[in-house]
Amino acid sequence: AFLLSFPEAFVSEVHKRISNAFDVFDHEFNHTVDVREIGTIIRSLGSFPTEAELHDIIAEVEEEEPTGYIRFEKFLPTMTKVLMEHKFRPIPDNLLLQAFEVLDQQKRGYLEPEELSKYLMQEGETFTQEEMEEMLSAALDPDKNVIFYKDFVGMMTIDDTQ
Amino acid sequence: IAAQRQDSHDPPFLAMRAALLIQRWYRQYAARLEIRRRCTWSIFQSIEYAGEQDQIKLYNFFGYLMDHFTPASSERKMISHLFCESEVFHDTEWEHYFCYKDIEVPDTYSGPHLTFPLCTHNVTELLEAIKHKQLLHSRYVLQLLGETWKLLRVLPNINVVSTCQSKEITICELFVLNSSIGDLHGHLEDLLLVFYKNGLPSTETPYVFNGDFVDRGKDSMEILLILFSFQLLYPSGVHLNRGNHEDHIVNLRYGFTKEVLGKYKVHGKRILKLLQKIFSQLPLATVIDRKVLVLHGGISDTTDLRLIARLERHRYVSALRPPKRQPREEPCMPGGSLSEGKRGCSGNSERRRVRSLARGTLPLCLPRANSTRTVEEELQERRRWAGLGASCDRVRYLSSNRDPDQDREVTETDMDEWKQLVDVLWSDPMPQDGCVPNKVRGGGCYWGPDVTRDVLQRHKLQLLIRSHECKQDGYEFCHDRRVGDTQTHVRAHTHTNTYIGDAVALYPCIQVLTIFSASNYYEVDSNRGAYVQLGPDLNPHLIQYQASRSSRDLTLRQSVGRTERSALQALREQLFAHKSELINAFQEFDPEHTGMISMRHWAVATETVLHLGLPWRMLRSQLLVSQGEAQEGMLNYHDWFRELTFTDPNNRLAHTGLLETMYRHHSNLETIFRIIDMDHSGLISFEEFRQTWRLLSAHLQTEISDEAISGLASSIDFNKDGSIDINEFMEAFRLVSRVRSQEGGRVNRGTPP
Repeated sequence: AFLLSFPEAFVSEVHKRISNAFDVFDHEFNHTVDVREIGTIIRSLGSFPTEAELHDIIAEVEEEEPTGYIRFEKFLPTMTKVLMEHKFRPIPDNLLLQAFEVLDQQKRGYLEPEELSKYLMQEGETFTQEEMEEMLSAALDPDKNVIFYKDFVGMMTIDDTQ
Repeated sequence: IAAQRQDSHDPPFLAMRAALLIQRWYRQYAARLEIRRRCTWSIFQSIEYAGEQDQIKLYNFFGYLMDHFTPASSERKMISHLFCESEVFHDTEWEHYFCYKDIEVPDTYSGPHLTFPLCTHNVTELLEAIKHKQLLHSRYVLQLLGETWKLLRVLPNINVVSTCQSKEITICELFVLNSSIGDLHGHLEDLLLVFYKNGLPSTETPYVFNGDFVDRGKDSMEILLILFSFQLLYPSGVHLNRGNHEDHIVNLRYGFTKEVLGKYKVHGKRILKLLQKIFSQLPLATVIDRKVLVLHGGISDTTDLRLIARLERHRYVSALRPPKRQPREEPCMPGGSLSEGKRGCSGNSERRRVRSLARGTLPLCLPRANSTRTVEEELQERRRWAGLGASCDRVRYLSSNRDPDQDREVTETDMDEWKQLVDVLWSDPMPQDGCVPNKVRGGGCYWGPDVTRDVLQRHKLQLLIRSHECKQDGYEFCHDRRVGDTQTHVRAHTHTNTYIGDAVALYPCIQVLTIFSASNYYEVDSNRGAYVQLGPDLNPHLIQYQASRSSRDLTLRQSVGRTERSALQALREQLFAHKSELINAFQEFDPEHTGMISMRHWAVATETVLHLGLPWRMLRSQLLVSQGEAQEGMLNYHDWFRELTFTDPNNRLAHTGLLETMYRHHSNLETIFRIIDMDHSGLISFEEFRQTWRLLSAHLQTEISDEAISGLASSIDFNKDGSIDINEFMEAFRLVSRVRSQEGGRVNRGTPP
């Protein structure tokens, strides 16, 4: 019912965006995607869910008897709601920076790769080895072999708009 | 929340929240990167396949001209050589033409000197020389190729290989593995990397190379030399399957012809001719332990290995043409060097004895013949199935209009066999059941899991290994036996650029494995390569790798960015080249010519014109740089084109319609020129050039006046003698296909001969 309060054209735009993102992963052209790609799809549409939130969404859009595939008909209304209600909002830069500063207990302005790996692979919603390696390859300063997190955050955000 | 506040200054708790935040943020970022990569990928693939389709269309266009267009006799002569068999020589005469003996090797030559029969020392020396970018002298090239031709001629159409050598050897060791290498496409680094990881080919380390050794990469010739020399050294250690690029007509477009002529300026033509022979003599498939079928492209619902085993493969010089007819009499070879097992004297009617897969155990499965149709209709039907659009008239023309003593018609059996061959070399799998013509490539078909089940069952096989398609991870499984039409996807691995050695275990019910061994195929870091090892248990083990091009490892972000920029540039070029058509399409949505069009209409119109099946709305922000969505989602398309040309480095091409046409068809143009240049001299006459243009304009349905052509010609400095150097001409318009700037290498773009 909440959808009625938005102009129809706007909703239609949102539907198109969701449909486009979904199509990229619809390998068999039958309006289904592998459940393992749902996270990528949702995030590519600009949302920042946690893993836990992601699992909740998947539970919502899965079939009663999970097949490993998600149908577009079930995905669309859920995702539309996510976008309209701005669930899973982006993280402001300053907050992100603060997060790194918290981890930088010695307040040196940088983090050692071992330090960062320890946190990210042991705390919170832990990274896999793969994810950690990927991040390090982007974040590590090749000469000093540390992560200047302020630069890192800045670099990643600029890259976004390129 | 209150509870949280209470603990909010508790360090461990804070650390956890910080970690959560960073993880959440980073995963979002990685997802966006992934989707960009997928889009980039589909851009490259769709342009590549459109190019292949184009090639076949171009070839058929010439055929069409031959049938329906009545060009002046000189024009006719010009293109008829494509379809005429000028070679009525028999093998002895060919041997004479290919003779290397009169070629002298100067003292200044510092490369390897090969002696035949080859020994290990020769081959190691050759490998070293190639690694050091030395060119093998044409004398040795011809000699090597000559020996290869002799060897290949006696091989069956289908290699039969077993993982266990013979009963005399004591129990097979686990290390006796076959390695199947997929498409290499002239990527020398990948071949060397595989040899490094897996060992050099030998009787103990046998390899199957699954086609597409050449084109696109810059070291195709070297790859061939390496493969052939190892095969001569260890005939039971190297098995080669033909790919769709082992085809001189395809090579005209995709770079191999140019590479050979560039490297071997004096003897290049001879080498190319000999290679034509060799390609047609390459076996079509390999069967391992009678259970695993390895071939380049794929299968169709009519695939019949018995038929394939029986056909005379050397008659298919190019898969794009119907089979070469046999000369009336095959002379009996007067003994001598080439006779080993040559079938020479038998005459037309006797079928070659071939070591066939069927030892009386296969059920017969022939294509259904429809008895109510006439032979004519049946033939047409088959041709349509072959997907090559060869017209009935043309086949007759080919059959009849040559040497009068060779008027044997192309039979229905020929057409069946031709289709079998094309299917093997050109087909791709699809997730849905069924079998449909492969319109994207223009040849072969798309086949589904039900066809895989049938064909494998019919032939009592358990696995099909093929190549032909580039895969991001270097490999892909599909056609799960258990679940009807579901395609199983293998999770993408991390895209670090370090050299890795993952081995992946088999999914026992998967029936088709695609293997692709050329890493960085589209662009640096676009994909990995992989090869597969099969032991006696027939459990495929996959090994992935990536040949790194730069000494500094690129980060994930950089590699995606780079590939993406490359893809977008290619896409912009396509858009630019279709400017007139696009503007027409836009104006359909803008009847009052306001110059404005909605974003939705822009996407629809662009897809209608380009047929690339791309997610245009997603690409919108990249292709419409400053336009954005300023005026309520409306786009000023004239401004957009102006901007597009601005970003196009070949700025000068923006001006006339003629140049735009040329630019669009530049890869066709080069192919056409090479076709016209029959003797591969690198020169065509001014008159030939004009005629070429007239033919092309007929095809393009554009009006290009003789004046315009002359004007064009005069704007380039031609030699006063009226001959045009192809390279200089193409270079003048910068239409030579892109060679990546960081690649040095032996072949330089646009160097005059």
